[in-house]
Amino acid sequence: MADSANFALRCDNLHRYLGQDDARVHVLKGVSFEARRGQVYAIVGPSGCGKSTLLYLLGLLDQPDGGEIEINGSKMSNTDDLARTAARGEHIGFVFQFHFLMLEFTALENVMMPMRKLGRLSLPEMTDRAHSLLASVGLGEKTHRLGTQLSGGEQQRVAVARALANQPSIILADEPTGNLDVKNSALVFDLLTRLAKENGQAVVLVTHNPEIAQRCDLTRPMRDGLFV
Amino acid sequence: MSPNLRIALRFLTAKKRAMLMSLSCTVLGVGLFVLTQATTSGFEEFFIKTILGTDGAMRIEDKIQDTLRQMTAGGGSDFQISQRQGLKYIEGVEEPKLIINALKDFSNVSGAAPVLRGSVLVRADFKNESAQVFGISLEEHLKVSDLGRQIVQGDVATFREQPTGALMGRVLADRLQLSTGSTFILEAQGQRMRYTVSAIYETGVADIDKMRVYVHLSEARSLLKKPSGVSFVQVNLFEKDRAPQNSIQIQDVLKHSAKPWQEREKSWLSTFRALRISSAITVSVFTLIAGLAMFNTLAMIVLEKTKDIAILRSMGYERRDITQIFLWQAGIVLAIGAFLGCVVGALSTLGVSYMPLPISGIFKTETFVVSWNIWHYVQAIATAALMVMIASLIPARRAARLEPGDIVRGTAQ
Ligand SMILES: Nc1ncnc2c1ncn2[C@@H]1O[C@H](COP(=O)(O)OP(=O)(O)OP(=O)(O)O)[C@@H](O)[C@H]1O
Ligand SMILES: [Mg+2]
Repeated sequence: MADSANFALRCDNLHRYLGQDDARVHVLKGVSFEARRGQVYAIVGPSGCGKSTLLYLLGLLDQPDGGEIEINGSKMSNTDDLARTAARGEHIGFVFQFHFLMLEFTALENVMMPMRKLGRLSLPEMTDRAHSLLASVGLGEKTHRLGTQLSGGEQQRVAVARALANQPSIILADEPTGNLDVKNSALVFDLLTRLAKENGQAVVLVTHNPEIAQRCDLTRPMRDGLFV
Repeated sequence: MSPNLRIALRFLTAKKRAMLMSLSCTVLGVGLFVLTQATTSGFEEFFIKTILGTDGAMRIEDKIQDTLRQMTAGGGSDFQISQRQGLKYIEGVEEPKLIINALKDFSNVSGAAPVLRGSVLVRADFKNESAQVFGISLEEHLKVSDLGRQIVQGDVATFREQPTGALMGRVLADRLQLSTGSTFILEAQGQRMRYTVSAIYETGVADIDKMRVYVHLSEARSLLKKPSGVSFVQVNLFEKDRAPQNSIQIQDVLKHSAKPWQEREKSWLSTFRALRISSAITVSVFTLIAGLAMFNTLAMIVLEKTKDIAILRSMGYERRDITQIFLWQAGIVLAIGAFLGCVVGALSTLGVSYMPLPISGIFKTETFVVSWNIWHYVQAIATAALMVMIASLIPARRAARLEPGDIVRGTAQ
């Protein structure tokens, strides 16, 4: 079907329980969602409704207790760790809610890390690409700073640049503008939307910022483990 | 550089002090292993050199009696054993010339010399001592022993020229207060003959130096009243390690019992071996500690780096990569430790070889004897590698098993 080819990401009836025994919580209660290439999606909702949990599942970082996930047309739920790891490296760029950088490495090295693993580019090509990505998030001058020498907002922007490194077809970002001022929020958001349009990437972001949500192609409000 | 190695190097520098502990234990373990092996096998090799230089690589003595062989011919394997036990020997070598000639056909034999041995009483002016007289044929004997180099007073040439000359062990000479040029009497079978001390030798082996008097074979024959035959033929070999195989062949062909030095000196050799192994085990404790320290350090790094592990996994790094990153860290420390350990081992071996340590009794030396052998280094490194790598496998695999989802939620354990 021509339609399904346009979907970079699909999930159907996802369930996820978290916690053990008495503390077991039904966090996701049958979530279905799909993301087309070239579109930017916003997932919004109150704190604790399960946005991050969903994003981890979509990013293949976690496994659902029920339901199905499809990445670029191939079913990913119930595949082995190796296949999911390969898909993460090739198709998915993930920005964590709590901007995770490898602090002993410079901004440049952080951005190059996924490229080195994928190994599609030569070293000078990787370096060039990392430099231009960092420049596009406004950090062209700080490429050789260690993670520890960057502010929270700067770290977050490096994490965004890193998520874009392998030109993934799907970008999942958990509050990518959470720590940023107005100017840098706009910078990061504009970069993500521009890439979505130019390269036909699907962008899914979680945000608490109504302004940003409004500027997305589609907004999916979530409450209590379900889209409403 | 592979991305995993690059990451490993950076993680490593984050926990310098803990890694240093593991490193120093590795250095100590490898260094001490090398040192103890160098000294124990140094003494062992020196002992072997001494006994080979004195009693040769092989002794052919006692003719094997043929009759019993035929009696058990045709039996099963059990009979073979009883046949071996039932071997009968006739003491001594009756036809040394034939034997020595036949030995020339063995390519590994470098020399063979007849020896006639007997118990004697040595009478000097002040004192008598019981001893053993060894009748030798000098030129041949020099080819199968280091006797020429063991002379500490006088020289072999004097012995060669004096028909009634004798070579006396240092300890025996001291006891009897004899020096070169003095005369003494050997008494055996009720007859007494006078000899002159041509030279005094010292092997360092106390049992030999206090017991043996070497005289010319013809003299020994008349003293011991043995006009023909000898007690044994002393054989030297080019490749000493092949003595056991050679002795089996020789025994089969010549029908005389042939005893290789490994069998002759069995008790001392196994003592040295036990010493070498036990010291290896003892110093392996250090490598064990190095392994435990590595285990501890890596477990700490894994705990500290769980977020980095989640990030790496989210970027497409496989479980295998995570395992590798941690094994690389252990490998790097191990490699540095092994290298430094070898240097320390070599330097301390060198240092110890100059340390004064007068020993005589089973051999004679003034300083520590060391052996330089590449295998000591290989074994030391292999032991350390085994301990450290096994110890690091556990935390490395644990790190690889962590689920990225659990880590980011903070529920990883
Ligand atoms: N290990 C756990 N055990 C039990 N419940 C958990 C566990 N982790 C998370 N939860 C619960 O799952 C729910 C969803 O969490 P999640 O992190 O997805 O929320 P969120 O929508 O991302 O919230 P926020 O906007 O604050 O980031 C929350 O109610 C949380 O309490
Ligand atoms: Mg969240």
